[in-house]
Amino acid sequence: MENLVEISNLNFGYGQRLVLKGVNMCIPRGRLVAILGLRGCGKTTLLRLMGGQLQAREGRMMVAGEHLNHLDRNGLYRLRRKLGMLFQFGALFTDLSVFDNVAFQMREHTDLSESMIRDLTLLKLNAVGLRGVNRLMPSELSGGMARRVALARATALDPSLILYDEPFAGLDPISLGVIGQLIRRLNDALGATSILVTHDIQESLKIVDYVYFVADGVILAEGTPEQIRASTLPFVHQFVWGESDGPMPFHYPAQPIQPDFGLAGRHS
Amino acid sequence: MRIDSILKAVRMVGDRTLKIVERIGATVTFLARILVHSATSFKRPGLIVREVYYAGVQSLIIILVSGLFVGMVLGLQGHETLQKYGSEESVGVLVALALVREMGPVVSALLFASRAGSAITAEIGLMKATEQLSAMEMMAVNPVARVVAPRFWGGVLSMPLLALLFSAMGIFGGFVVAVVLIGVDNGAFWSQMQAAVDFRQDVVNGIIKSLVFGVAVSAIATFEGYEAPPTAEGVSGATTRTVVTSSLAILALDLLLTAFMLKGWN
Repeated sequence: MENLVEISNLNFGYGQRLVLKGVNMCIPRGRLVAILGLRGCGKTTLLRLMGGQLQAREGRMMVAGEHLNHLDRNGLYRLRRKLGMLFQFGALFTDLSVFDNVAFQMREHTDLSESMIRDLTLLKLNAVGLRGVNRLMPSELSGGMARRVALARATALDPSLILYDEPFAGLDPISLGVIGQLIRRLNDALGATSILVTHDIQESLKIVDYVYFVADGVILAEGTPEQIRASTLPFVHQFVWGESDGPMPFHYPAQPIQPDFGLAGRHS
Repeated sequence: MRIDSILKAVRMVGDRTLKIVERIGATVTFLARILVHSATSFKRPGLIVREVYYAGVQSLIIILVSGLFVGMVLGLQGHETLQKYGSEESVGVLVALALVREMGPVVSALLFASRAGSAITAEIGLMKATEQLSAMEMMAVNPVARVVAPRFWGGVLSMPLLALLFSAMGIFGGFVVAVVLIGVDNGAFWSQMQAAVDFRQDVVNGIIKSLVFGVAVSAIATFEGYEAPPTAEGVSGATTRTVVTSSLAILALDLLLTAFMLKGWN
């Protein structure tokens, strides 16, 4: 199967601090892939590198046949017309109605007539079950509804690659299930490839085809959901089963506690 | 010890000056970016018209009311001073020249900076903080062309219109105080004003000033919003900087423009 995303020996950092170290990844067309990891492990950075929002320091990053490091702004914009992205909290345009948000890209990038745009927009909203709210403003929607509208907007031009940044963050259990099913259904219906960055392991294992685990800027483990559930790697095991004991410490690294409480030099 | 303190103070002044120059340079570079990406706004005038409504029409009340009060005060003060020399009929000239040449462009620009400029900064800054600008980038739509340029041109076009309305309202206020309330001769008030106010020297120069102020305020407001750190504190700081920097820029530019206009451009 042809790979839509290929990453090899990718390094990225902010200043002296390396965030991603020697990352390798291949994502075939049509797959729904999750990148899992704790907060701050570099998974969102990886997603931003795929969307061309950040530039890799070293390594090769191919998306839809384009070498991202060699693209100028126009080339990047050309590539982005084939991409859709769902931001963590939707990032709907607050000065536009739900309808105008979904129609935005059609108006910007196509010469379709207004009546055609209207029909397509309503179809997209219908696919996420929100045709009835097309006249509302984003401020009038709940968090889950806003995420679904953002999903309709991300798929407005039938992208070949859809990037999801923490799509389950802050959702109630019902909205979470609905969004998960929508992501799977839309991926299959559009024949797209989807990459999901999340730390919601249980929901993502229900819907994805393949999983990459990121920790400390490296790919620590990868496999199908079944392989991940059965993994005996201590970090993966701790993450999947939500255990408090394991290689991931509860405390952020700090100096010994005594000086902070004025106990330096005392011995019991 | 003393030399150290002096050196420290000099270094601090130099550092601050460099930062200010850097900021001015960044604003001018941003202005050039806006101009380069303005084609979308002119191809789709609806985008600019919408911003003229938000920046201009919604500033009308504060501009008209302020203009009326400023004109009334000018009428009162002018009459008080001129009557000492027996030339209270010239109060119309004083009110009109003060408004058309200086007060109209400057005060309306200061009000515009605090009302519309701060709103533009807050809106763009919040769009950045809530990732709306990143979302636009990811949709292959340039935020400078789609969000910033229409707001910039909306501000630039609104400014001279607001300044003219401010001056017109001010002249009306001066008329109410001087003619209706104090009893200055109606004919003398208008005829002296008509004879003394030169269209090219006074009205056009006032319009040029307000256009320049419009460019300055809109460039500063959009730049501060676009460069605001994406946090609540960052947006509030950017909004304050817009008002402070715009006000200083208006007053400094006014001095420069007035000097050129009085001496001629050659």
